[in-house]
Amino acid sequence: MKNYEPKRILTGAEIIWECLIIEGVRTVFGYPGGAILPTYDAFYKYRKKIHHVLTRHEQGATHMADGYARASGKVGVAMATSGPGATNMITGLATAMMDSSPIVCITGQVPRHFIGTDAFQETDITGAVIPVTKHCYLVMEINKLASTISEAFYLARTGRPGPILIDIPKDIQNESVEFEYSNKLIQIPGYHLPPNPPNHHIIKVIKLINEAKFPIIFCGNGVILSGASSEILKLAEKSGIPIATTLLGIGGVPDSHPLVLGMMGMHGHSWVNHAIQEADLIIACGMRFDDRVTGKLNTYSPNSKKIHIDIDASEFNKNVKVDISVHSDLKIFLKELNPYLKTHTHKKWLRKISFWRKESHGRDVLNRKHKVLMAAEVIREIWKNTDENTVIITDVGQHQMLEAQYYNHENPRTLLTSGGLGTMGFSLPAGIGASFHSLENEIWIIVGDGSIQMTITELATAVQENSNINIAIINNGYLGMVRQWQEMFYDARYSETPITSPDYVIIAEAYGLSGQRVTSFDDINSAIKKAQSINGPAIIEFIVEKEDLVYPMVSTGADLNDMVQRPKKDYNLKSDNKKELLN
Amino acid sequence: MNQTLIAFVEDKPGVLNRITSLFRRRNFNIDSLVVGKTEKKNISRMTIVANEKNSEKRKNIYFNLIKLINVILVKDVSDIPCIEREYILVKVCINSENLNSFNELAKKYGARIIDLSSNSAIIEASESKDRISILIDKLTPFNIVEIMRTGKMAMQKGLEPKNKEVHNINGQQNLTDNLWATKQLNSYLK
Repeated sequence: MKNYEPKRILTGAEIIWECLIIEGVRTVFGYPGGAILPTYDAFYKYRKKIHHVLTRHEQGATHMADGYARASGKVGVAMATSGPGATNMITGLATAMMDSSPIVCITGQVPRHFIGTDAFQETDITGAVIPVTKHCYLVMEINKLASTISEAFYLARTGRPGPILIDIPKDIQNESVEFEYSNKLIQIPGYHLPPNPPNHHIIKVIKLINEAKFPIIFCGNGVILSGASSEILKLAEKSGIPIATTLLGIGGVPDSHPLVLGMMGMHGHSWVNHAIQEADLIIACGMRFDDRVTGKLNTYSPNSKKIHIDIDASEFNKNVKVDISVHSDLKIFLKELNPYLKTHTHKKWLRKISFWRKESHGRDVLNRKHKVLMAAEVIREIWKNTDENTVIITDVGQHQMLEAQYYNHENPRTLLTSGGLGTMGFSLPAGIGASFHSLENEIWIIVGDGSIQMTITELATAVQENSNINIAIINNGYLGMVRQWQEMFYDARYSETPITSPDYVIIAEAYGLSGQRVTSFDDINSAIKKAQSINGPAIIEFIVEKEDLVYPMVSTGADLNDMVQRPKKDYNLKSDNKKELLN
Repeated sequence: MNQTLIAFVEDKPGVLNRITSLFRRRNFNIDSLVVGKTEKKNISRMTIVANEKNSEKRKNIYFNLIKLINVILVKDVSDIPCIEREYILVKVCINSENLNSFNELAKKYGARIIDLSSNSAIIEASESKDRISILIDKLTPFNIVEIMRTGKMAMQKGLEPKNKEVHNINGQQNLTDNLWATKQLNSYLK
């Protein structure tokens, strides 16, 4: 029994910090302002128990919380003031929503009697974020503050994880009440978590697996969120079925495993997309058949039976019609399923896949010699110089797809990327956030010259926190992926895609961190090693081929196996020193 | 046939906003939406008529609706015997010449005249959607000035089996009687 504790009368602001401490929060990413001032004043008292990271923009705070959540599996917390502080969070919330990342955002709101009067820095943030949050709250009574925060953390991390926003008026932060906190009392009548899987599904699933000749397993983000890596591997090994991953499923299974084929979809490996189209059974684990994964829907994997296992029932039959939908936590279901599996191999099927794999070998950019640095080479060299626990955070665009193709991940939560929303500017703040969890692990942020300039202000945060991060800027002087589309589908009219960059070495110096520039292949390794030796943030700018494309590519509206492959010769390179390029 | 959903939701500010936001965001069409208090404290009941023919998309609407945290229970009663009613107010122009035929018409279609002046009348009726439509057709010759329709309300016929089991979801007692919902979930997932 606990000793008698005297009743504690606390202000709303103090309650916020007490609740965060009870929830195990050690780092909060935020930016103070008028309507959240009482909370920041109370923080002064709690600053030894919780570390606050002062970001340079509220979007950065949400991405940092997101990066922390993705790296750790715990709930990330961001804090901001009302009005513009809150609206700046919307991109970060939408990013977390699309990729099911558990974050809790706390915003200040104008005092209750000002709500609805268009007061200074008032915005209806709960109204604005309904479509981009799992749930959101406007706390209107001090009595409900503690229970709301505990409910928010519970919702964020359970079921299909997602972002929660809590809007707290300034006068509630100042009001006092007796503090009582229990996360055991949470009762949300409308929150339905899936029950344990009914048996008839297991029998049907086993039957389909036993009948299949060309089966394939899909590993999505759900594998990582549910912690089902060893279960899905067991399923694959025992039944001899190869695994393809989605972009967010990368790391869910080790790339070095002989049954792991790699990424599927628009820029997926050609052998994976061929295998999907020829398969007679798809076992989709914790993924949602995004349009970047399927290509044209009515010709998608036409001959296969499809089993879809997901914790969110609203994903079933949303894009792709499936034969069996299993509404369950992935780990629980696979644990029940695995003992019923027969040991089996699919030698013929695997041989067929390795044939496709060999066929594309000659088209791999790494198997050719170029005089100019290629982005894929940079990523491959980073991979060679880092260990399997290194956390890679990518931004959005060509470098993101090349990372997915050329960096082999062995462990879950080692690739953090904005897959669903495709938020440019995600990587730098998310990497800073991840560094607060992965203190032991090396962190590499791989980012394009367009993306880095969207949130480059957070370099100051990295310096202030002395975050141990390495930033590899892949600079091709273009918004590369948009330019790729313009080259392929808009007759090479490069409308507003050429982009200039500041001198990143001087930028690094100005912000007070280490900066290097690499222009040739021979300098990559020494630059990487130098960055690794620095305790604190370091930038390497890689000047790469300006007009390379990411291959293979499935055009929108094309069949999944109708891929544009890298030409036999790189006639498409149009760099200034083009003549030297071709060997 | 349109899809009729009965949703039991928490009576909290912003819940209606969340539901309409969902329908707009997912590109589902609402034909009508009726909301009101129920026999249970803090629980409101909605009858939502969605204009969606595709059966997969119908299930998707159901699952998206039940996914909302403030939505406690959803019943898809499209194929279940129900009493369905819509309430209507109609103001028409009348004169001494057509008053008699107007009276007869009202009587025939179960409408009541609730306001009468020298040149206008208001009638009310609560009927199934089809009968309401017929009534409006028949009233058209009388020069309709205003129509106000509430949209469809639905209530399942008969008694539902009492749920005595306590459903244990994730170690928590789920206090709502969601046996029906569980059944429907399972039938949808097959």
